[in-house]
Amino acid sequence: MALLDVSDLTVTFQTNDGPVNAVNGLSFDVSEKETLAIVGESGSGKSQTAFAIMGLLAKNGGATGRVEFEGTDLLSLNKRQLNKVRSNQIGMIFQDPMTSLNPYIRVSDQMAEVLQLHKGLSKKDAIAEAVQMLDAVRIPDAKSRISMFPHEFSGGMRQRIMIAMALLCRPRLLIADEPTTALDVTVQAQIMKLLGEIREEFNTAVILITHDLGIVADFCDRTLVLYGGQIMEDGPTGEVFADSTHPYTAGLLKAVPRLDRDTDSLQTIAGEPPDMSNLPAGCPFSPRCEIARDYCSTRPLVLEPLGEDRTRACHASPAEMKQEMKVG
Amino acid sequence: MKLAEPDAKMLEEVGQLAEVRGRSLWADARARFFRNKAALAGLVVLILIFIFAMFGGLIAQYERDFVDFSLMGANAYRGGPSIETGHYFGVDIDGRDLYARTVQGTRISLLVGVVGALVAVLVGTLYGATAGYVGGRVDNIMMRTVDVLMSIPFMFVLILMLVIFGRSILMLFIGIGLISWLDMARIARGQTLTIKNKEFVEAAVATGVKPLTIILRHVVPNLLGIVIVYATLLVPQMIIFESFISYLGLGVQEPNTSLGALMSLGTKQMNNGTLWMLFYPLFFFLITLFAFFFVGDGLRDALDPKDR
Amino acid sequence: MADPILSIRDVSVTFDVRPQGAWPWTPSLKLHAVSKLSVDLMPGETLGLVGESGSGKSTLARAVIGTIPHSGGRITYEGRDLSEMTAQETRRHRRDVQMVFQDPLAALNPRMTVGDIIAEPLITHEPDTPRKQVKARVAELMEKVGLLPNLINRYPHEFSGGQCQRIGIARALIVKPKLLICDEPVSALDVSVQAQVVNLLKDLQAEMGLSMIFIAHDLSVVKHISDRIMVMYLGCPMEVGLAKGVTAEPRHPYTQALISSVPIPDPVLEAARERPVLEGDLPSPLNPPSGCVFRTRCPKAQPSCAQARPDMDNVAPDRFVACPFQEVEKVLADA
Repeated sequence: MALLDVSDLTVTFQTNDGPVNAVNGLSFDVSEKETLAIVGESGSGKSQTAFAIMGLLAKNGGATGRVEFEGTDLLSLNKRQLNKVRSNQIGMIFQDPMTSLNPYIRVSDQMAEVLQLHKGLSKKDAIAEAVQMLDAVRIPDAKSRISMFPHEFSGGMRQRIMIAMALLCRPRLLIADEPTTALDVTVQAQIMKLLGEIREEFNTAVILITHDLGIVADFCDRTLVLYGGQIMEDGPTGEVFADSTHPYTAGLLKAVPRLDRDTDSLQTIAGEPPDMSNLPAGCPFSPRCEIARDYCSTRPLVLEPLGEDRTRACHASPAEMKQEMKVG
Repeated sequence: MKLAEPDAKMLEEVGQLAEVRGRSLWADARARFFRNKAALAGLVVLILIFIFAMFGGLIAQYERDFVDFSLMGANAYRGGPSIETGHYFGVDIDGRDLYARTVQGTRISLLVGVVGALVAVLVGTLYGATAGYVGGRVDNIMMRTVDVLMSIPFMFVLILMLVIFGRSILMLFIGIGLISWLDMARIARGQTLTIKNKEFVEAAVATGVKPLTIILRHVVPNLLGIVIVYATLLVPQMIIFESFISYLGLGVQEPNTSLGALMSLGTKQMNNGTLWMLFYPLFFFLITLFAFFFVGDGLRDALDPKDR
Repeated sequence: MADPILSIRDVSVTFDVRPQGAWPWTPSLKLHAVSKLSVDLMPGETLGLVGESGSGKSTLARAVIGTIPHSGGRITYEGRDLSEMTAQETRRHRRDVQMVFQDPLAALNPRMTVGDIIAEPLITHEPDTPRKQVKARVAELMEKVGLLPNLINRYPHEFSGGQCQRIGIARALIVKPKLLICDEPVSALDVSVQAQVVNLLKDLQAEMGLSMIFIAHDLSVVKHISDRIMVMYLGCPMEVGLAKGVTAEPRHPYTQALISSVPIPDPVLEAARERPVLEGDLPSPLNPPSGCVFRTRCPKAQPSCAQARPDMDNVAPDRFVACPFQEVEKVLADA
């Protein structure tokens, strides 16, 4: 059985201009120890998916569908039950560590509080365990630095503290929302390496939400490409990258400049990221798609299986798409 | 230049379409403001009060300084509010028409409030924006000056001034003008410091736009939101301030009057059974303040960037 | 050989930093944002500046524009020293050198219409231009950067990030500058829009014969758009050379580490690639290491590195490296 099974997840926000769907009927699952990448641009709904799973949607947002974690539907839980699952089973890492670290409280107290609350440890034991966890995320001299305030750490160190906090209760699933976007490349490499080691050490499944295809290629077993709140393509990372069957994925891969290749002019995807309050009834990518047909913007998109473990949502068949886009 | 394929196509298709009107942030804020029922009600009340203060005198049956000797001293028995006699709000102890006097009092109170707020907006905003934008030593000197002015007990100084130089409405305006801009200057400076670090200001500096132009074109318009909110909340403060001075008998002098002076007279006569002398000025005083506070709150919600 | 349009010689930029809890009379600390850096820019050339945050690349750009004063060395634009320019020359310099900013929306005044924003440099430098002509120029520029000219009365918040960046580019180009400085122009944009803006900049540069300084932390973007690259670390130049050479055969240990840190969107290559990870954090620029600033994180560091700052040696044609232990190392597998 899958660890996390999301089916038909829809996230709707009530705005001044009426309801806006940020996520539209999303279904996917994550097995134990698996690493899933959710790739998308702004407006793809990737972060809202994570927030919906964690029950952290903004006040004007609501989620429908099912989010089953080990058989329990998280969306049907009340606040207290959800808190329990959230702290014990699922950990989350945010882009900006300062949003989840209280700047006025020492790191030791913040970490110990979690353990005291959820594991009923004494303060002394809790701090001892917190130090252990900081050691695990390779913070040098953890014992003395744990009593510092969050702002006294560098950006990379803060992100390590966040990871340590997310791991405190040994979660089975770790959701990382753009964990390295705010960091420098060398620090990004450190953090990604750390996440890789942590994944082995703690046997956690990871959902990595990112826009950086490089990180995905390096880190993830499976890749799920989102656009306009819908799945465009989903499959093993190697296959999705080497043999993308969706115009959006293929276009994205060609639009990224690569260090190991020389190109005179980058291929572009025309147009702008989608306006979520004004999506076409059919394929959300159709206004920017170079092989779009007349009916693409009106005919609803269906997610079709492709081979054993891949799915795709496009009105053109893989063969048609490859021929018209001249890829593969 | 070669454009990306679809862009070029689109350009051709749309060609020389009529220019699209933009929706400015002001327009957005206006729309938000008008959706706010309480604020809108406040605005309507304010407009009514303005009309009352400006044109209320037209339907008055008596001049405000006309003394009805037949009612003087007898207002408690025969000077109550009445349509027939033409004294809609009754008469005061001296037999003067309270309606005409309330109209004038409202006018003076509004004037004091609006002038105070205007001085604050003009002087305070420019002073604060300049201090914040120029920064460094100039900022230090300018803001320490504000600190010094603020630390003077102004109520006391103003009362002294009124006693020494004579009680006149001009003196009152000078006094109010002197203090009203101080807070505004501080607020404007604080905001300018954040705006100054925005990239669009840097862009203007990098192109060589002159500092004064930058302050007027880039800094002040972006300050205006918070300045307007603060100004609407400053008007009632000024009205209260003036009323207090007038209540003490130091503000507006006879035959002119203000809501504060009227209320002062009203309270003195409370035991004579002429409660209308207190009631009518107090009523206008309260609804004016309420209306300003409602509008100010509405403006804050409408202009608050956090809402966006 | 032609004269460089911009010549930077031993330039340093320092900032005063007030120590925590200082009295008004305690002396300020000196932060060396850029220290003793030299580089030339030829007409029509694109120089890429790469480095992590705190490397001083943005500060250097602002010193070139003249919005931040440099404390040492000489910056010469078209043969004239920046610090000796007359008022008139400064005005010309401000006009000739334009900048594109990182945050597309923040770089546009939210209270002004797009037309007014784009026209501002023109009105500043040619205040006598008739209104009609200004409008025509704005429309021309909008078309040039791929925006519909009939959107001239719209406000910045009605545009997406990519479109805002186009507006910023139009504003920079309306006075026909000779040198365009792009400070991380695409790092705030979505991946699919980045390519559009990079291509636009490349096309415009070729068309208008612009010289360009392109600042980014993303090495792959810089490599794509630049002729030459300068790698910076903590305010010091580490390696300068042709873009393709520096990325294919990096010589400085820091460049090598930087390249190995960049993940490549190809799972097969990534799996095959050795990626040594640079340990530690950037040292504080208030208290930089003695000698070579990179030595605290350098895998090749020797005791002698602490002695003196290594010179930029011309180790190969068009290649300068500030490391006595430099050697060619292929970090990328061949595609």
